[in-house]
Amino acid sequence: MRIDIHPILQFDREREISFLYNGNKIKAFEGETIASALHAAGIKVLSHSIKLNRPRGFFCGIGKCSSCLMRVNGVPNVRTCITPVEDGMVVESDVQQLPSAEFPGSNKEDISVDILVVGAGPAGISAAIEAGKRGVSVLLVDENPMLGGQLIKQTHKFFGSRKERAGTRGIKIAEELEEQVRELEKNGKVKILPGTSVFGYYGGGSSHMLGAANKMSNVMYHINAKKVIFACGAQENMLSFPGNDLPGVYGAGGVQTLMNVYGIKPGKRVLMIGAGNVGLIVSYQLLQAGVEVDRVVEAMPRIGGYSVHAAKLRRNGVPIYTSHSVKEVYGKDRVEGAIVAKLDENWNFVEGSEEDVKCDTVCLAVGLTPSARLLFQAGVKRDYIPEAGGYVAIHNMEMETSVKGIYVAGDSSGIEEASTAMLEGKIAGLSASISLTGRDSSTTAKMEEYIKTLEEMRRGPFGSKAREAKRKILEEASNEGI
Amino acid sequence: MKEYERTGVISIEEIRVPSEEQLKRGVAITECIQEIPCNPCVDACPVNAISMEDINSPPFVDYDRCTGCAQCAAVCPGLAIFVVKLEDESALITLPYEFLPLPEKGEEVEALDREGRGVGKAIVRRVVKKKDNTALVTVSVDRKLAMDVRNIRVLR
Ligand SMILES: Cc1cc2nc3c(=O)[nH]c(=O)nc-3n(C[C@H](O)[C@H](O)[C@H](O)COP(=O)(O)OP(=O)(O)OC[C@H]3O[C@@H](n4cnc5c(N)ncnc54)[C@H](O)[C@@H]3O)c2cc1C
Ligand code: SF4
Ligand code: SF4
Ligand code: FES
Repeated sequence: MRIDIHPILQFDREREISFLYNGNKIKAFEGETIASALHAAGIKVLSHSIKLNRPRGFFCGIGKCSSCLMRVNGVPNVRTCITPVEDGMVVESDVQQLPSAEFPGSNKEDISVDILVVGAGPAGISAAIEAGKRGVSVLLVDENPMLGGQLIKQTHKFFGSRKERAGTRGIKIAEELEEQVRELEKNGKVKILPGTSVFGYYGGGSSHMLGAANKMSNVMYHINAKKVIFACGAQENMLSFPGNDLPGVYGAGGVQTLMNVYGIKPGKRVLMIGAGNVGLIVSYQLLQAGVEVDRVVEAMPRIGGYSVHAAKLRRNGVPIYTSHSVKEVYGKDRVEGAIVAKLDENWNFVEGSEEDVKCDTVCLAVGLTPSARLLFQAGVKRDYIPEAGGYVAIHNMEMETSVKGIYVAGDSSGIEEASTAMLEGKIAGLSASISLTGRDSSTTAKMEEYIKTLEEMRRGPFGSKAREAKRKILEEASNEGI
Repeated sequence: MKEYERTGVISIEEIRVPSEEQLKRGVAITECIQEIPCNPCVDACPVNAISMEDINSPPFVDYDRCTGCAQCAAVCPGLAIFVVKLEDESALITLPYEFLPLPEKGEEVEALDREGRGVGKAIVRRVVKKKDNTALVTVSVDRKLAMDVRNIRVLR
């Protein structure tokens, strides 16, 4: 299941290690996560649902869905998809009893900082760089072991203009961003904590209190920040159909993480649900990884993603069925196939149009929902904006929310793209810095430049959704006096 | 709704087909017809043969200016640019290729159309490996297939 040769990527598997999984020794390579190493070893059932005892498999791969919780070295409820595997680790699945009462107290550390940035995707890193350059102290926290958010799995070249690095692969952009923020770290401007989750917001006022933890190194952080920028990204949407919880049904982004970050194939043959850009891009990347794609089905009558992405798939022999969806996925403990059927104008399945697709993997690429729970806990004004992907924080042009000193950027503020996430990050970083150090003509000019570029990027028919989402958000912000 | 929006395959009617004269010199054909925010092809062209009203408009190639150098094809993130050149008996097609194994010069491969169907054989004339891993492969195919062949399958 490990990919050895790949047209775009190289996987260095330098050090072989082993760990114990339910008492059995499993081989892994340094750099893999526990769940990816288990996947490579053919273990696809990672847990069972508590009530009905249904098997659960890898779904999101980025710590958002909880289907991979296990006990690791005695620590309960560890998300194994974002926890790097270590030599000699003891991993146990389906441990239903409560942990011992003597769970060792954690090491506490207090951190006071000017600006806390939660999430080190393109938005968060850009915010940290922008603020770090301006002489304020910055703490950048991400619960994944690697910096870069979704960019670290995007092997395709980006669109846009040369200035926004068009024609460059996402993985390369992630490397460049990481280099820049590491440089600021070296100079003591930015402190970076990977593998650390921010788990709660505990009150504000002149500064904000938040809790964060690195479970595996058993450290808990009490963070006191003058300003907070939330750049937590998004989580993949589920679709309801019988069998949607079978191991082998993955989020498309989860599959991308598995194959492009860890070099592990999700299966042999895939059914892709959704022909937006994510579905089209991930299907093409599956082909590059040597995985067959049976077809792409799309409920809408038209392909939602760029036609150039669709064309790449078609000329490689992958059919795209619009006005089609999945009726059910079947199999015992894992996906063995799926029934797809045609939809009529009223979104009902057309009787007799069913087709049995033999596959071991079903990928859902049916949209994303902003991750904004910490913002809501902090009490920001929010609203349901369908074009943004769900509930989002209302924010002004400079990315500040209704709670003073709390900012939002990237997918967390409405689903969009890496290019716009980077700009929103820069704007949030700049506006948080300005609120600490004051505004002058050069910061005003910079701000204007960023906002103008952002507006330019949202022009054109494919930017219409984001444009509408942001229009509603900004209008509401101005009504609320934010 | 346009047919390609349903199928993902653009038809020959949607492409500005160059004249025989232009094709004999060899020109870039941009199979990129939607309004998407993208323009690296414009910047890549050394002779300014590609123009665009603004970043969202589809590219327009001045076939009389284009030299067929394929630099635009190498950067295009949509892998949507093909260089076509007519010879006496055959057509040379340069296409972006991102799969393994890479074909080798002189190798016989299968020529595929826009729907991935085999439409004949192709002989690999040139393989240019790029630093960013998108290779440019030039194959020769039957002259009649010049506007049909857009992919290859390595038969090894
Ligand atoms: C398959 C696919 C293809 C795409 N293709 C393109 C493309 O071609 N061009 C383009 O511009 N965009 C593309 N995108 C979109 C782009 O990847 C996203 O819009 C972008 O990554 C959003 O950036 P972000 O920084 O907001 O969020 P993310 O990149 O998701 O980063 C958020 C980070 O926050 C961290 N985090 C979340 N909560 C916490 C917490 N409580 N504590 C600590 N850390 C936390 C996460 O671990 C994550 O690393 C694509 C997306 C996908 C899924
Ligand atoms: S083939 Fe060369 S000359 Fe022609 S449009 Fe492309 S870059 Fe310009
Ligand atoms: S670079 Fe490619 S995808 Fe972008 S506008 Fe030019 S032809 Fe279209
Ligand atoms: S949280 Fe680990 S797979 Fe989703």
